[in-house]
Amino acid sequence: MKDLLDFYWQTMKTSIIVQFQYRAANYFYMIGMIAEPVIYLVVWSAIANAQGGSVGGFTAGQFAAYYIVWTLVRNMNIVFTPHGWEWRIRQGQLSGMLLKPMHPLHNDVAYFAGWKVAVIIMWLPIAAILVVAFRPELNPTPLEIFIFFFAIWGAYLIRTMVLWMLGMITFWTTRVSAIYELYFALELLLSGRLVPMGLMPDWVQTLSSFLPFKWTFQFPIEALVGNLTPEQLWQGLGMQALWIALTYASGELIWRAALRQYAAVGN
Amino acid sequence: MPPIIQVNQLGKTYQVPEREAGLGAAVRSLVQRKYREVKAVEHISFEIVPGEVVGFLGPNGAGKTTTLKMLSGLLYPTSGSATVLGHVPHKREKAYLRQMTLVMGNRNQLQWDIPALDSFELNRAIYGLPEAEYRRTRDEFIALMEVGELVKKPVRNLSLGERMKMEIIGALLHKPQVLFLDEPTIGLDVTMQRRLRQFIAEYNRRTGATVLLTSHYMADVEALCKRVIVIHHGQLLYDGDLSGLTQRFAAYKTIGVTLDEAGRDVSAYGEVVETDGALVKLRVPKAETARVTAQLLNDLPVSDLTVEDPPIDDVIERVFAQGNAGPEAR
Repeated sequence: MKDLLDFYWQTMKTSIIVQFQYRAANYFYMIGMIAEPVIYLVVWSAIANAQGGSVGGFTAGQFAAYYIVWTLVRNMNIVFTPHGWEWRIRQGQLSGMLLKPMHPLHNDVAYFAGWKVAVIIMWLPIAAILVVAFRPELNPTPLEIFIFFFAIWGAYLIRTMVLWMLGMITFWTTRVSAIYELYFALELLLSGRLVPMGLMPDWVQTLSSFLPFKWTFQFPIEALVGNLTPEQLWQGLGMQALWIALTYASGELIWRAALRQYAAVGN
Repeated sequence: MPPIIQVNQLGKTYQVPEREAGLGAAVRSLVQRKYREVKAVEHISFEIVPGEVVGFLGPNGAGKTTTLKMLSGLLYPTSGSATVLGHVPHKREKAYLRQMTLVMGNRNQLQWDIPALDSFELNRAIYGLPEAEYRRTRDEFIALMEVGELVKKPVRNLSLGERMKMEIIGALLHKPQVLFLDEPTIGLDVTMQRRLRQFIAEYNRRTGATVLLTSHYMADVEALCKRVIVIHHGQLLYDGDLSGLTQRFAAYKTIGVTLDEAGRDVSAYGEVVETDGALVKLRVPKAETARVTAQLLNDLPVSDLTVEDPPIDDVIERVFAQGNAGPEAR
């Protein structure tokens, strides 16, 4: 365990060092990413104002809170892309990882976790600007802040492992783009990324409860800005823990099959 | 001494999708995929004892890299078995991975954007190396490779040769007992090749590590390996001493005779392989060398005469060209 923690610390440190070397690129990337939630925010705020101040129980200020917190959650959700597996195999990077006594999943979790630390630091001034511009209604309790802190990392872990599983399809076929696009379309609709799930039809909300998407977006955001009861907050963390366990177990099964399939091609 | 590497009838067969060119073939391949079998490695067997440095030779596509990948645990064998350090490689047990390394030439495993020192630190954490022991080993290797100033530069700013030095250091920090080196000197200049060979030899001497090395540069093999294993079309052709390779596959000598004048016809004495003014090189069967030498000295005005074994490159080329089955037992 001590060695594993040391590995995580060293890898996160390395990731932070690398990301601070590319701080300009990271800032431009974050600013570009802001466009998406700002558009949603402007549209929904306009709809809320046109409908007497609120829509679906959300005021303009609550939409602002939702989408500003969205920007942090979105950054926390950025993990190793499934598209990267083909590159990783062809460049020989995966072979290099397999030769070491450390599961490659730990490398990805640790590396991107370090990246998050750098991102959170860089996000703060952007969040401050958005708060001044859009005046969100945000008064979280200490419990909500506490749960939120763990929920964003829970979201990060769930999405890491779901996209890992998706990416491992590459071991069997490289014709995977369509599968990925389908996944991302579903995620957009069922996670709360496009619109707060409370505004979706009941059947969509029910469906999303049985899928991991909501626990990577909606729940962390709601934990901070929503009106969840303490019970719902703890239950949400419990659901995230369950999805982490499920996705990890499934991923491990697929990984073992993938290794048997692996042809170690490339450089 | 019990072997540290045991390979028994090891084989690897790939199923490779096959399709013809053209739109029609592309559409047909959607519903009816054709496959062909590629036997990359076929029933090879050998043993290596601790401390040996063995050259693993073969032309491109012979199965060398596939064999190394099976022995390092990257690939599952299709048939046969292998044990290295008492472990089955494809099980990829941590205890095994901590004791071996596979270095592939021209492959970058270090972090591109940061100094090599930081990547070494990461390797320390991956292998769980005690701090003091790691620093001692790291500093020893840095001194051996003479890269004291270079380790502080981002890897992307290093030349190919400098990067390769760092790769080797990074790959050996955990002091593996078994090294699989797949063309480690490829693309390097002569000086760098020599430096790497010296480092490998020194590492072998200091630690008693076992080395299985593939290379297309015979200078690597001649400098490091007493024993070679030759593989061709996935099968073993030869396993034995490097000198025995010459005896088995190139039973001839090259006689270089410098005459007083150019233009003489010496084809009666042997196969003329080269003529350069008054210097003529003849290839003669080994058993005939003494007789032909005596005849040349007796019959012709010879000003100089040399007798040489064929260059090892020529021997290897003949081995590949013959492609005979049946390894010679040690």
